[in-house]
Amino acid sequence: MTTMDDAMAPGEAVASPPSERRDPGLASRIAARTGGGVLRVFLVLVALFWLVPTFGLLASSLRGPSDIAASGWWKVFSEPAQLTWSNYDKLLSNDTITNSLWNTVLITVPTTLLVVVVGSLAGYAFAWMEFPGRDWLFLVLVGLLVVPIQIGLIPVSKLFGDLGLFGSITGVVIFHTAFGLPFAIFLLRNFFAEIPRELLEAARLDGAGELRLFATVVMPLGGPAIASLGIFQFLWVWNDMLVALIFADPDSAPITVALQNQVRQFGANIDVLAPGAFISMIVPLVVFFAFQRQFVSGVMAGAVK
Amino acid sequence: MATATAGGAAQPGSPPAPRKSVLGTPRWVAVLFLLPALVLLGALVVYPIGYSITRSLFSADSSHFVWFDNYGEVFTNHDTLTAVKNNAIWVIVAPTVATTLGLIFAVLTERVSWGTAFKLLIFMPMAISMLAAGIIFRLVYEQDPDKGVANAVVVGVHDTFAEASAYPRARPRPNGDLAPSGGGAFTTKAPHEASTPVALPLIGILAKDLPDARPAKPPEQAKEGGKGVTGTVWLDFKPGGGGKPGQVDPGEKALKGVKVEAVKDGKVVASTRTADDGTFSLDTSGPVRLRLPSSNFAEQYAGVDWLGPDLVTPAIIGAYIWMWAGFAMVLIAAGLASVPRELLEAARVDGANEWKVFSRITVPLLAPVLVVVLVTLMINVLKIFDLVYIIAPGSTQADANVLALQLYLESFGSGNNQGVGSAIGVLLLLLVVPVMIFNIVRMRREARR
Repeated sequence: MTTMDDAMAPGEAVASPPSERRDPGLASRIAARTGGGVLRVFLVLVALFWLVPTFGLLASSLRGPSDIAASGWWKVFSEPAQLTWSNYDKLLSNDTITNSLWNTVLITVPTTLLVVVVGSLAGYAFAWMEFPGRDWLFLVLVGLLVVPIQIGLIPVSKLFGDLGLFGSITGVVIFHTAFGLPFAIFLLRNFFAEIPRELLEAARLDGAGELRLFATVVMPLGGPAIASLGIFQFLWVWNDMLVALIFADPDSAPITVALQNQVRQFGANIDVLAPGAFISMIVPLVVFFAFQRQFVSGVMAGAVK
Repeated sequence: MATATAGGAAQPGSPPAPRKSVLGTPRWVAVLFLLPALVLLGALVVYPIGYSITRSLFSADSSHFVWFDNYGEVFTNHDTLTAVKNNAIWVIVAPTVATTLGLIFAVLTERVSWGTAFKLLIFMPMAISMLAAGIIFRLVYEQDPDKGVANAVVVGVHDTFAEASAYPRARPRPNGDLAPSGGGAFTTKAPHEASTPVALPLIGILAKDLPDARPAKPPEQAKEGGKGVTGTVWLDFKPGGGGKPGQVDPGEKALKGVKVEAVKDGKVVASTRTADDGTFSLDTSGPVRLRLPSSNFAEQYAGVDWLGPDLVTPAIIGAYIWMWAGFAMVLIAAGLASVPRELLEAARVDGANEWKVFSRITVPLLAPVLVVVLVTLMINVLKIFDLVYIIAPGSTQADANVLALQLYLESFGSGNNQGVGSAIGVLLLLLVVPVMIFNIVRMRREARR
């Protein structure tokens, strides 16, 4: 898992002070020549530039509707008294929003679990079992890695219509699971294939059956890959709008779709959109900061998706 | 690296070759392990590909076989053609800019002590939804400079470097000496000479909008020895009433900074600006007509129309780059860590300057990573939907159109034509087929090793 380790570089850099690192690169040479000032100022400016949009959303979400209508969010610097939780209070007593947040959880958690379980089973089969057409089937799977989800929208909406799944949370979960599988199987198959054969054979000699072998040896050893996959999949589905826009009816719509409905009147309802968007971002941001390493490696591994 | 990501694989090097089953698993067990995945993939991924290809050859109500008419429609219909064009812009511009920025950030942060914090910040937008990013940038791009931060900055910079128009909506008294002379300017009807000072009264401004203005000074002749046409520009309105029109009354306010031009035979022979007390003196003896050019009265600069028809696509691409430059940066930084330092040192010892080391050694060594990042972003950008759908306002949605949006509109929106929708879907699939083939060929090669 070399790449996984590389991927963790951002996390690692925290641990090791820069002085211990190998030798100076371009940046430090530029820094040395300009006294470091220009480079630092430039990077601080870039960082601010990247931060300002998100900060604007946060500041807007904490101002009352009349303040929003009257002036820009940067007024909070000169008039901090404007800051208020009232938008959030209102939003969280709005049934459409709270229901949709709950729907997001109901869609995201089962999808993540399903992708991990179904993907692990198949990944293990591809890595350690013998069956006719295995290699051929795996190449098909590799081909499916980059299939755009757009190709599935029309046919699956027909299919779900026939099966009575159209509009339901179940339908959204199944669609996400199916399109998450190629990458999940691919990632886990490659990871499981690296498990030392002796470990599996030893467990087998101890009399472990196929399922026990899978549950007690393969899954625990696959921990890092499963964590990366799970986090990546979780964020992917949590952040999805398109699939839910098509397959979820208003009662099963997640937060992204509920907010999307409000965007058409943009300008008059920033007191709903800004806090709504921010609430929808909280879980991804917490996951991102808590599991940086796994997230980064999941994103890197999923590059082509 | 290259291996890892081009195929979406987690590890580079050589994935182990498929092995004979050493565990002696019965076949029916293998089938059970694979079954859930195969059913889901078959029904929801593989079958839809076939269905879409077939469906794309049928008419809107799927009653007639129409051969490739739907594909013809995609390339002739005005809306879809815009989508094709915009998709091309997206696929070329967004990955290139994001990768370039990622390269710059990765190189520059490499040895800055707080580089990790910087990377985390730039990478953070990857974690949030395109919907949230869309709302964030709707706020950024708001037209009103008092609300949208982009225009607040643009107008601020503009007003610092360009002269701000001083008095929008100001105008002369009707039937006075000043009359409109086209293009928003006002010119005196009568010619004026140095001997008689000129009164140029304006109205249309609220006195309370001029809190700092000084009282106007009545027009007077040039000081002794001075020659030239003189006069006063002021707000000819006495708060509380009682002033005489056309005459500077006590309490009436001066208009400073108004540009006054002396015009002779249609040519500007002198120009100046009024002083704090509203007086001006033009370096000409006349007779000249006096003109107040339109720049005095132009509406305030309102900033850039970010989400207007011309800029909406670049503006949305900007939002995309904000989200994905961090992705490029992280991948490139990982690649950079594996560039052998000795090579760079050797080049430096040989006297290569930093730019040469960067462009001749670092970048070529990073080439495989850069290609992976570019291709990944291209595939990603090809399917762009949420950002465009959220950021483009209804009035310019057609100008910002992309293929995935058009597919949605045709199939599930107002278009009501799943034939064309399917054709667009197949088109998107065809565009990634080269990557698909590349991945498969590479996997086979590695499996044989």
